[in-house]
Amino acid sequence: MLDLIVQNPIASALIALGGLALVFGAVLGFAAVRFRLEEDPVIQQIDDLLPQTQCGQCGYPGCRPYAQAIANGDAINKCPPGGQATINSLADLLDVEAPTLDAEHGEESDVKKVAYIREDECIGCTKCIQACPVDAIIGAAKQMHTVIVDECTGCDLCVEPCPVDCIDMVPVETGLNEWKWDKPAPIEERPLNIIASDRGTTGEAA
Amino acid sequence: MGSLIKVWDIPGGVHPPENKAQSLQLPLGKAPLPPNLTLPLNQHIGKPAKPVVAVGERVLGGQLVAEAEGVFSARVHAPSSGTISAIEDRLIPHPSGYTAPCVVIDLDGKDEWVPLERCEDLSSLSKSDILDKIRAAGIAGLGGAGFPTSVKLNPRADHKIHTLILNGTECEPYITADDILMQTKAEEIIAGSQLLAKLLDFPEKVLIGVEDNKPEAIAALEKAAEGKEIRVVSFPTKYPSGGEKQLIQILTGEEVPSGQIPASIGVVCQNVGTTVAAYRAVRHGEPLVSRITTLVGEALETQRNVEVLLGTPIEFLLEEHGFNAKKASRLVMGGPMMGFALPEPSVPVIKTTNCILAPTKKELPPPQPAQACIRCGLCAEACPASLLPQQLFWYAQSEDFEKLEAHNLFDCIECGACSYVCPSHIPLVQYYRASKGAIRLQQQEKEKSDRARRRFEFRQERIAKEEAEKAAKREARKKAAEEAKRKLAEQEKGGAPHKPADPVADALAKAQAKQKSPEAQRAKLERSLEAAKSSLERARQPLEPSEPGAEVTDEQREKQKARIKQAELKVQEAENKLQQLTQDAQAPESKPEPETKAKPESKAKGEDPVAAAIAKAQAKVNMSPEDKLRSSLESLYKRLSKAEEKAAAAREAGDDKADALQQGVEKLKQKIADTQNELEALTPSTVAEPSSASRHTEDVATQAIERAKAKAAAMETMSAEDKLRAQIESVKARLEKSRERLAKAEAEENENVDAFRAGVTKLEDKLHQLTEDR
Repeated sequence: MLDLIVQNPIASALIALGGLALVFGAVLGFAAVRFRLEEDPVIQQIDDLLPQTQCGQCGYPGCRPYAQAIANGDAINKCPPGGQATINSLADLLDVEAPTLDAEHGEESDVKKVAYIREDECIGCTKCIQACPVDAIIGAAKQMHTVIVDECTGCDLCVEPCPVDCIDMVPVETGLNEWKWDKPAPIEERPLNIIASDRGTTGEAA
Repeated sequence: MGSLIKVWDIPGGVHPPENKAQSLQLPLGKAPLPPNLTLPLNQHIGKPAKPVVAVGERVLGGQLVAEAEGVFSARVHAPSSGTISAIEDRLIPHPSGYTAPCVVIDLDGKDEWVPLERCEDLSSLSKSDILDKIRAAGIAGLGGAGFPTSVKLNPRADHKIHTLILNGTECEPYITADDILMQTKAEEIIAGSQLLAKLLDFPEKVLIGVEDNKPEAIAALEKAAEGKEIRVVSFPTKYPSGGEKQLIQILTGEEVPSGQIPASIGVVCQNVGTTVAAYRAVRHGEPLVSRITTLVGEALETQRNVEVLLGTPIEFLLEEHGFNAKKASRLVMGGPMMGFALPEPSVPVIKTTNCILAPTKKELPPPQPAQACIRCGLCAEACPASLLPQQLFWYAQSEDFEKLEAHNLFDCIECGACSYVCPSHIPLVQYYRASKGAIRLQQQEKEKSDRARRRFEFRQERIAKEEAEKAAKREARKKAAEEAKRKLAEQEKGGAPHKPADPVADALAKAQAKQKSPEAQRAKLERSLEAAKSSLERARQPLEPSEPGAEVTDEQREKQKARIKQAELKVQEAENKLQQLTQDAQAPESKPEPETKAKPESKAKGEDPVAAAIAKAQAKVNMSPEDKLRSSLESLYKRLSKAEEKAAAAREAGDDKADALQQGVEKLKQKIADTQNELEALTPSTVAEPSSASRHTEDVATQAIERAKAKAAAMETMSAEDKLRAQIESVKARLEKSRERLAKAEAEENENVDAFRAGVTKLEDKLHQLTEDR
């Protein structure tokens, strides 16, 4: 056996390499079938970053379709509810330059809003219920409807279909649970008067 | 005694000026009754309490004002007697400066109290009794956070508590509330610690930790604890030794793991003030309605500790102690390290108000402008939690929340030691607090968006399912319609009788076809009756006028008589037949119809073709006109034989009537032939074998009934609309056929044209009606 290898070095090298190629090919082929991903994992990552308002302002019917579109190369600045924060984190994820929000799709709002149905004006047409992407409106035909505030994403989609215009978008009430300390102003922006002769106004502190 | 216990050191820590002497100059005072009290419903960590009183109601001291909402909540009681003047949102002592629901009591100054449930023998109480009393008294941690005490004293079953620590450290500058409490109420603290020890199944060690800058308190406690299994431990003063986790580390040498509670390492820590409140609640039944608060600061004339009712406006307290607003730089609740500036002096004292600091500008200067971080590392040295404040600061600035969490931001106790040592005066704690809040909000939002996503996906799924169901239904309906159309086409094309597309129409058509025969028969009979009558008349006529001039012979007379008789017989016979037929025709109509009874909906329609077809077909089985004809044929045969006998007898007798009789025989024969023809016309194929023919018709009729029944059953399961549609289809088909027949009859000048026409109009009417119904 050893003699055979020594006598035919090129042939045996070729056989060895070919054998290895076959083995690894088989392993890789098996892995490709066994561990195949049904969906690009980046879609899930993008979807996690999107605000899930399902408002469709990006032009896609929901956040996940937009995530798919982004994964396929669409712009990342089409989400007004997420605002610049979402754009920044998307840019981080995809390792691209963070653009500013595309004004074509709407403006970022600082105030979180939820839908509010003026209940005595509601005629019970169920149009808003059909429009709500997250089933946050309850009611039945010819019965008053109301919004489950905790589930409302503030997407706006129920306002348009209402035939009697009894839906308002009202700012979310912020209580103690939502309160947080403010971040201190950036150091650079503070007026600095550290030279002794500047200290006139805060002399007492010295 | 304290020196016998080994104490550990904590990392970091700072030594700010203590400033504790000012407030200890005077003994513990008692604040006077204010005109009104404002009781926030959320003075603790957890859910706000729920008010159980109404505006205008008079309440007594110690009366329940708001009930705890769930386990993580605490009751609120009226500290004195008075009237509820408002339940509304008021400014609360909170760094946010927000308003929150409060109960406002206008005091009447009488300080009347509800009877309190005292307990002389504490050993008689079970653990749950004690816990219930503590919970009922609304006791929350008085040290600073306000954690509901009953929750903390009821650790999980898998947390075996080996050490109970009473926290009398009070490490923050200026504050002496616990110090004075330990000095004045040492007995109650010791009794309270025994009570808590009982609740925790008598832990191996009960320790009271006090910093060594409170010698009087230590002395008082040691005196009270003499002879009891309670150790008073003193240790070097250092800020922030009084933090729960820090104190545990100092007294036990163990660190509470990140993200866990002290009970997980078998330690429970309670503030000494809370211990006293718990003891008083169990022993005297007193709810938590007052606390000791330090009033300190150069802006006050009198600096001291006072026992103050919860809800007392801070404004009122300050006025009582000679507050000079001009001198004060700001108003702080809590100490200089961890306290926060009050938004308004009107806010009330709450369960966690351990100190009100009114410093002058000199005492507590406004923060100096922050400068850039020079990476000196002093903050890391000062941090009692061994964090990296510098790194946290960078990440907080860039809002890198992931990195902040990775650097254990949430282990920061916000003690402010890092800010205190920072040479650049960077408000580090403020960064951490802001970042913690941002992360918490982000988590809340994440939770909400996850829920929204789930709801959205569920909705999508549901809609898709509904669509699929609808599509399947539509498909099924389409298929059924195609099938029906195909069958109808087949029927129209070949009319294969064994595969009827529309059994009802089929049966109906057949039944009608059969029914037409008796009608035709009747018409025929009527006509023959007419003919017979006219022939009778004709037979009579020649007798009367007779031939002029010519003699009427006997023979002629006889012949005429015979003719007349014959004609009369004929008329009578025709009349009989007609009568019978009329009876036959009426019979099925008057007969009760069992099938229609079985199907009420077809009965209700009256003209339901199915029921009619069944009835007609049945009538057909029972009495077919052929049978009638056949019977009349038989009677004719009988008469013929009789007439032949008579004729033969007459011939033999040489009677001259023999000819006439022979003629009658001839006529009868003729008639029999006619009737046979008729019968043939009725049942063209079966005239040769009448019995089998009748069986055959019976079979056909039974089949028709079966088909009609099946169709009726099918129609019952059909929807009303489908039924109507099927009916219209069948009626249309029938109408078309009838029209064809009519046209044919008209072309042939058939005698039944009228009947056909009537049938067509009837069908047209019916179709019209059905279309209208739809």
